[in-house]
Amino acid sequence: MEMKERLKIPRQPMPEQDPQVRKRNFDEVPLGYTPEFAKAEALRCIQCKKPECVEGCPVEVDIPGFIALIAEGKFIEAARKIKQTNALPAVCGRVCPQEVQCEIRCVRGKKAEPVAIGRLERFVADYERAAGEVSIPKIENKTGKKIAVVGSGPSGLTVAGDLVQMGHDVTIFEALHAAGGVLVYGIPEFRLPKAIVAAEVDYLKKLGVKIETSNVIGKVATVDELFAEGYDAVFLGTGAGLPSFMNIPGENLNGVYSANEYLTRSNLMKAYRFPEYDTPIVRGRNVAVIGGGNVAMDSARTAMRLGADHVYLVYRRSRQEMPARIEEIHHAEEEGIELHLLTNPIRYIGNGKGWVTGIECLQMELGEPDDSGRRRPVPIKGSEFIKDVDTVVVAIGAGSNPLVQSTTPGLDTNKWNYIIADEETGQTSREGVFAGGDIVTGAATVILAMGAGRKAARAMHKYVMSK
Amino acid sequence: MSAKILEKQQLSENVFKLVLDAPKIAKKRKAGQFVVLRIHEQGERIPLTIADADPAKGTLTIIFQVVGKSTAHLSELKAGDSLLDLVGPMGQPTHVEKIGTVVCVGGGVGVAPVYPITQAMKNAGNHVISIIGARCKDLIIMEDEMKAVSDEIIVTTDDGSYGYHGFVSQALEEKYLMTGDRKIDMVVAIGPVPMMRALCDVTKKYNVPTVVSLNSIMVDATGMCGACRVTVGGKTRFVCVDGPEFDGHQVDFKELIDRQRIYLDQEKQCYDHYCTCRQQGKGA
Repeated sequence: MEMKERLKIPRQPMPEQDPQVRKRNFDEVPLGYTPEFAKAEALRCIQCKKPECVEGCPVEVDIPGFIALIAEGKFIEAARKIKQTNALPAVCGRVCPQEVQCEIRCVRGKKAEPVAIGRLERFVADYERAAGEVSIPKIENKTGKKIAVVGSGPSGLTVAGDLVQMGHDVTIFEALHAAGGVLVYGIPEFRLPKAIVAAEVDYLKKLGVKIETSNVIGKVATVDELFAEGYDAVFLGTGAGLPSFMNIPGENLNGVYSANEYLTRSNLMKAYRFPEYDTPIVRGRNVAVIGGGNVAMDSARTAMRLGADHVYLVYRRSRQEMPARIEEIHHAEEEGIELHLLTNPIRYIGNGKGWVTGIECLQMELGEPDDSGRRRPVPIKGSEFIKDVDTVVVAIGAGSNPLVQSTTPGLDTNKWNYIIADEETGQTSREGVFAGGDIVTGAATVILAMGAGRKAARAMHKYVMSK
Repeated sequence: MSAKILEKQQLSENVFKLVLDAPKIAKKRKAGQFVVLRIHEQGERIPLTIADADPAKGTLTIIFQVVGKSTAHLSELKAGDSLLDLVGPMGQPTHVEKIGTVVCVGGGVGVAPVYPITQAMKNAGNHVISIIGARCKDLIIMEDEMKAVSDEIIVTTDDGSYGYHGFVSQALEEKYLMTGDRKIDMVVAIGPVPMMRALCDVTKKYNVPTVVSLNSIMVDATGMCGACRVTVGGKTRFVCVDGPEFDGHQVDFKELIDRQRIYLDQEKQCYDHYCTCRQQGKGA
């Protein structure tokens, strides 16, 4: 096709479940491209000589390369092209913030809309899986080196996938009963189906990665004991798994959840399918979700699917400062989530029997920029008001879980108890111990954790091979 | 990791003991710690205090009371069956040192978790007094085991069908605190929340330091979710990682009781459904 014609193709829309239907089910919201959509979208890529999109990708996927294969209809080959640098394309195609990474760099975006890189990535990963043609690369040279990976979230899975392909003997230790970390306990089914995570984990197992679930490092074995057992290097990817609360009155009332608990019950324990699954969850009618990030959106949309009449998203700054992806905010609003911006809770009101019945908030206005560069929300005097709610989900961020740090002497941490690690190598203050993902950076994104895992894997390979 | 059930024993009408094959945890666990188990794919994560362990044999003993669907299901497993998942040892171990005279109090099935602490206190060289109680004689468990690791023991029953007629808190006050015959340096108490609260009210009066082990609702039990949060000394603490043991005089028991009731309706729904299915022979 001529370039002129290619430039005329509009960005292909993503077919989605109707908001009125999907707000009451847990099925995935975007339905995925058809092969026709995918080919049309792929033709929009003008195959830049110096592709900026690749520079925007934390794991440097050969974006024009795989898109060219899609345009030719070679979908399986396209999936394999991605997998050369990204072991989890079906996950990344769904949850990466492409709009601030690869797609924002796309030259097509300067005059029209950028190429839908994420949707194409998702399409080929799904196509390959559905075709049952997932290829398992043969690993030629075994090194005999043993690597322990602590945590099976995005960073741990990436490290494990990379190192096993370099010929190392890799074992992942996971505290929970299922592998995937935040991909299984945090991100809801309607945004990332758990069958897809399971398939990606299964792919790693086929590559030879051993996964020991229900093993809490720091409890059943320490990092030092892993070395004593014969591991040559250890990667710590334990995530940001400590829920933050606001420490305001009434936060321990029944019906007030941390987002971690709410989402873990629903996602990992499948409480949305209670009583088929045994773990219960409070199905609130009027739910307030506190926070403005992706986790807050996930919580709000989960509450709606659990049958709420009203879900209020309470955020202390304005829409502009919301850390959530625009697409997630858009999806949430389509599903009827009511945004209460410039609003800050100051206390929860109970019914005398321990249950939450209301939330008292203050209206805020934006003042001078704070340390984060965003304008600081300032309370408006006398603006207090009360809203009736029976469920609250506090989604204001997560801190570092201290289980590993507190049992690993000589492992340096910063004042928030995150592990101090070199940005380029993941090297910590302990020899042979590397770290990456949220346990180093604080709560961030799946792809950034994967990027850190990629860098750490390279450094760990170098380290164990020089020993 | 999964864990095979090696032995099963019924200790009273609703209390069962399982000996599990769990060498890694058996080697590591200390008094006061707990495990989390899951029976099947649709199951809950169930936290249970470790009652005993044999590191040489690689076994772990858990003792539990049937209170709902999950524990009912657990009680129906047999030797040779396997638990789907077993993870531990979780929580902080009991702080054990020689301080003089320690009273170890267990109410109902709470005797099971207090047993390893009693043993550890005895091994540390303390004079150990045990007070174990239940509603009636048939519900008293582990009397012989407790006797073997105690210097003195009192058994209480609420209905007077065996031993001291009254609550464990009354026995402690009447027999020791009021008489002042022996200085009590510390009390460790595990049992139903109302029992621990009553006991703490008594020991507070006499200014005797009291440690309680809390069994709040948990999900992951690694500090990730905060389901188990409890107010201790005005501060929110997580039972799973900061506990399970806390200074009983600082615990907000009212809040704890409220929080334990969050899922009463769902638990009942689930249990009733299970029982109906069992009767109809369908399985749940």
